[in-house]
Amino acid sequence: MTGKQLWSWLAVVFAGLYFLLPLVGMFDFSMRMQRGVYSFEAYRIVLADPQFQQTFGYSVALALLTIVIGILLVVPTAYFVRLRFPGLRPAIEFITLLPLVIPPIVIVFGYIRIYNTSSVLPLTGSWWGTNILLLCGYAVLSLPYMYRSVDTGLRTIDIASLTEAAQSLGAGWARILAVVILPNVFVSVLSGAFLTFAIVIGEYVFAALLNVNSFGPYMVWMGGNRAYEPSALAVVAFVITWACMGLIQLFTRFSKFSTARR
Amino acid sequence: MTTIALSLPSARQPRQMLSWLGVAPFFLFALLFLILPTLNIVVGAFRNPQGQVTLENLGKLLSPSIRSAFWISIELSLLTAVLGCLFGFLIAAAITLGDLPRPLRNAILTFSGVASNFAGVPLAFAFIATLGRLGFVTMLLRNWFGINLYGSGFNIVSFLGLALTYLYFQIPLMVLIITPALEGLKREWREAAESLGASGAQYWRLVALPVLWPSLLGTLALLFANAFGAVATAIALTGSSLSIAPIVLFAQIRGDVLNDPHLGYAIAFAMIVLTAIANGIYILLRMRAERWLK
Amino acid sequence: MAFLDIRHLQKSFGALRVVQDFTLGIEKGEFVSFLGPSGCGKTTVLRMVAGFETPTSGAVSIDGHDITGLPANRRKIGMVFQAYALFPNLTVADNIGFGLRVAGQGKAEIARRVGEMLELIGLPQLGSRYPFQLSGGQQQRVALARALAPRPQVLLLDEPLSALDAKIRVSLREEIRRIQRDLGITTIFVTHDQEEALSMSDRVVVMHQGIADQVGTPFEIYNRPATRFVAEFVGTLNLIDADLVDAAAGHVRLGGVPVTLGRPAPGRAGERISLALRPETVALGRDGGDIVLPGRIAEVHFLGPVLRVRVAVEGGGFISLDTFNQADRPPPSVGAPVDISMSHRDLLVLAA
Repeated sequence: MTGKQLWSWLAVVFAGLYFLLPLVGMFDFSMRMQRGVYSFEAYRIVLADPQFQQTFGYSVALALLTIVIGILLVVPTAYFVRLRFPGLRPAIEFITLLPLVIPPIVIVFGYIRIYNTSSVLPLTGSWWGTNILLLCGYAVLSLPYMYRSVDTGLRTIDIASLTEAAQSLGAGWARILAVVILPNVFVSVLSGAFLTFAIVIGEYVFAALLNVNSFGPYMVWMGGNRAYEPSALAVVAFVITWACMGLIQLFTRFSKFSTARR
Repeated sequence: MTTIALSLPSARQPRQMLSWLGVAPFFLFALLFLILPTLNIVVGAFRNPQGQVTLENLGKLLSPSIRSAFWISIELSLLTAVLGCLFGFLIAAAITLGDLPRPLRNAILTFSGVASNFAGVPLAFAFIATLGRLGFVTMLLRNWFGINLYGSGFNIVSFLGLALTYLYFQIPLMVLIITPALEGLKREWREAAESLGASGAQYWRLVALPVLWPSLLGTLALLFANAFGAVATAIALTGSSLSIAPIVLFAQIRGDVLNDPHLGYAIAFAMIVLTAIANGIYILLRMRAERWLK
Repeated sequence: MAFLDIRHLQKSFGALRVVQDFTLGIEKGEFVSFLGPSGCGKTTVLRMVAGFETPTSGAVSIDGHDITGLPANRRKIGMVFQAYALFPNLTVADNIGFGLRVAGQGKAEIARRVGEMLELIGLPQLGSRYPFQLSGGQQQRVALARALAPRPQVLLLDEPLSALDAKIRVSLREEIRRIQRDLGITTIFVTHDQEEALSMSDRVVVMHQGIADQVGTPFEIYNRPATRFVAEFVGTLNLIDADLVDAAAGHVRLGGVPVTLGRPAPGRAGERISLALRPETVALGRDGGDIVLPGRIAEVHFLGPVLRVRVAVEGGGFISLDTFNQADRPPPSVGAPVDISMSHRDLLVLAA
C-alpha cells in the first residue's frame, strides 16, 4: 500500500465514523423504548398514531403537487430558453440560484407580509390560499435543483433538431413538449422530482410559519414531547431520503443502460 | 442570434409570441413568490409602521441581544463552512486521487447525496440520539472508556453541538461539489510539473489549488449561506435556547417575543445582506481567479 | 555506453506485459522516434524514461548515471504531451518559467531565459497571454519552450502533433526538428504517424506488441524492413505470393514468370513465399527494370501529384503502382491491357 493510499483510507475511515455513528445512534435509540430489550415499539406507536398518518400523508401530497408545479414551470421555460432565448440564460440562472442565497425563512416572512389578510391577495386568510402559498414556497425551494437537472437533461439531447423534426410532422408546441421533449428528459426530471420530494417531505420552517400542520411541525412537536419516538421518525425520514437518492441513481443508471443499448 | 431571439413579438411572429408565453409563467412566478417577497422585506427594513423612510429599524439591530445573535450565527456559519470545505476536500481528494477502490468512491458519492439532504428536524433527532445526555456515543464513552462527556462540559445544545450537527450536511455538500472539480485536474498537469522539477507541494501551490480556487470559494460561500439559513435543525436541536439570527427571526415572525414586525424586517434584511456579501465576495474573487478561463 | 541508455526494460500491468525486454542506446544530440500503432508500448517506454511509470525490471541511465529509481522531478527530463498540458492558471511566460521558478532561480534570470525561449519558438509578443488565448499550434510551441527552459538533459515528446491540424502539423514538425538541432538536445519522439517519424528522425524504432521490431535510419526502415510488420506498417506495400523454385539461387516464379532475386530466399523449393514491393518502384510499360509482368488495369486513383494504379496481373493477384501525374497524358483507362516492370532489387523478401 502506498503512502497516498494509507492517508486516503485514514480519511475515509474517520469520515465513516463521523457519518455512521449518528445513524447507528439514531437507530439504537429508536429501539430502546422497552427497557432492557431491543424492540420496534417506538415505530409501532408512531406508525399507529393518527396524527402521524394524517401529517405524513399531507406532506406526501404537498411534495407530489410541488413536483407537478415544478415540472410545469421549469420544463417549458428551460426548453424555450435553450431553443429561442439563449440571451435570457444568465437572468434565469440568477433567479434559479436565488433560493440558495436568500434564506428560506426570509422568503416565507415576505409571503406573510405580502399575502396577509389585509393585503390585495389575502392568501393566508383561507385554507386554500395558505396551501397554495406553501406549495409555491416549496416550488421556489426546489427551483435550483429542478432547473439544474432539467437543463442538464436538455443539454444532452439536440432539442433544436427534435423540435424541427416534430414540427415538420405537424406537431404543435404543447404536443412537442409533452410527447417529444418531456420523455427525452424524463430521467432528469425524475432526479429533480426525487430531490424535491426529499426536501419537501420533512420541511419545517415554511409549514410552521404558515401554520400548516404537516410532517415537519409534527416531528418537532414529537421532539419536544416524547423521548424515543423522534428517533423512530428520524429513521423513517432517513429511509425516505435514502430511497429518493437511491431511485435517482437507479434511474440514471437505467437510462445510461438504455442509451448504451440503443 | 441573441438579438433576433430577444426581438419583441410582433404580429408577423406568432411563433415567437408563443415562445414568450412559454417562459412568461416562470417569470410571473419568480416575481410573485421570490422577488416581490424579498423586495418587500428590503423596503420594509427602511420604513417605520407609519410608512416613512427611516434607519431606526436597522439601528435596533445594534442592541446587544440581536448583535450577539448575529455574531453567533456568523461564527457558526463561517466555522462550519470552513471546516466543511476542509474535510469535504480531504474526503473528495481521498476518493479521487487516493487510488481507492472504485465501488468505495461511488458509495461515498451516493452517501453524500443522501447526507447533504438529510438536514432539518430528523438530523437534529439523530444527533440528540447520539450525543445527547443519554445518546449512543455518550453512553458508549461512559460505559466503555469511562469518559463523562457531559461532565467535561459538552452539551449537544450548544454552539459546538450545533456546529457538529451542521457539518453533517456541510461536508457531504462540499464532497458533491468539489469531486467533479478534482476530477477535472488533468493528470498531465501533475506530470508536466514533475518533469519540470516541481515537488508535490509545489504542484499543489502553483497549479492545482489556483485552478480549484474558484470552486473552493464558490462552495465556501454556498456552505456559508446554507448554514446561515438553516433554521429547522437549530430549532429541533436547541428549541430556542441558543439564540442565533434565524431563530430570533423565527420568534419575531411567530410574534412570541417583541412583536415588532419592523425589527423582523431589519433582521431578515441583515440576513440577506450577509448571504449576499458572501456571494458577492465569491463572485468578485471568482472573476479575478478566472481571468485565465474566459 | 550511450548517452541515454535503456537496458532490458520490462513493464507489466497485472498479467499484461506491455513492454518486453526493450534495449536501446541513444547518442547525445540524437533524435530518435518510437513508431508503432497504439498499444504497442511506445508511450509506456517513454513514461518509464520520464519516471511516471516504474519498470518491472531493467534500467535507464543518462550520461552514465542510473536514474531508474529517481523520482520524475529529479531526472532533468523535459516532456511535451499530446494535449499540451499547459497550466491554465499561468500566463505563457509563467508557464515557460515554471521549471526555473520551482528550481528557485532569481526573477531576472527567469525573465531572461523566458525571453530567450519565446524568441526561440517565434512567439516573442505572447508572453502575457493565457493558454486559452492561444491556438493549438501556439500552445504546443509554448509547451516545448516550457520543457526546454530548464535545460533538460533529454527531451521527450509524446505524440506532440497528434492534436493539431494537418498543415500546422507539418510546419511544427519542421520547427521542432530545427530547435532540436540548434540546441543539440537528445530527443525521443513518440508517434503513430510514419511520415512524422521518417521525416524527422536520425533513427526510428518501430515497435510492435511491446518489442522493438527494428531500429534503424529512416532510409533503412523504409527500404529494408526487417519484419513483415515493419514492412506493412511503414509506407504502402504490395504483397505478392511467389513460388519458390530454388531457394539457394533465389529463383522464384511470379505469376508464371520466372524471376531471379539475386539473393537466397528462405524456405524450400515448391513453397509459397511472400514478396513485398513498394508501389513507387513499379513502372507502367516495359522500361522499369528486368522483371516484366503482363496484366490489365483494374483501378485508377487520382491522388493529385501521383496516380495510383491497381493492375490485375496475369496469372493472379494485384499489384499497385504509383506514377507521377502528367498534365499532357490522360490516366490509363480501366480494363486496358498493360505491361508493368520492376527491378529484382526492389523485391523485398519478408521473414514469415
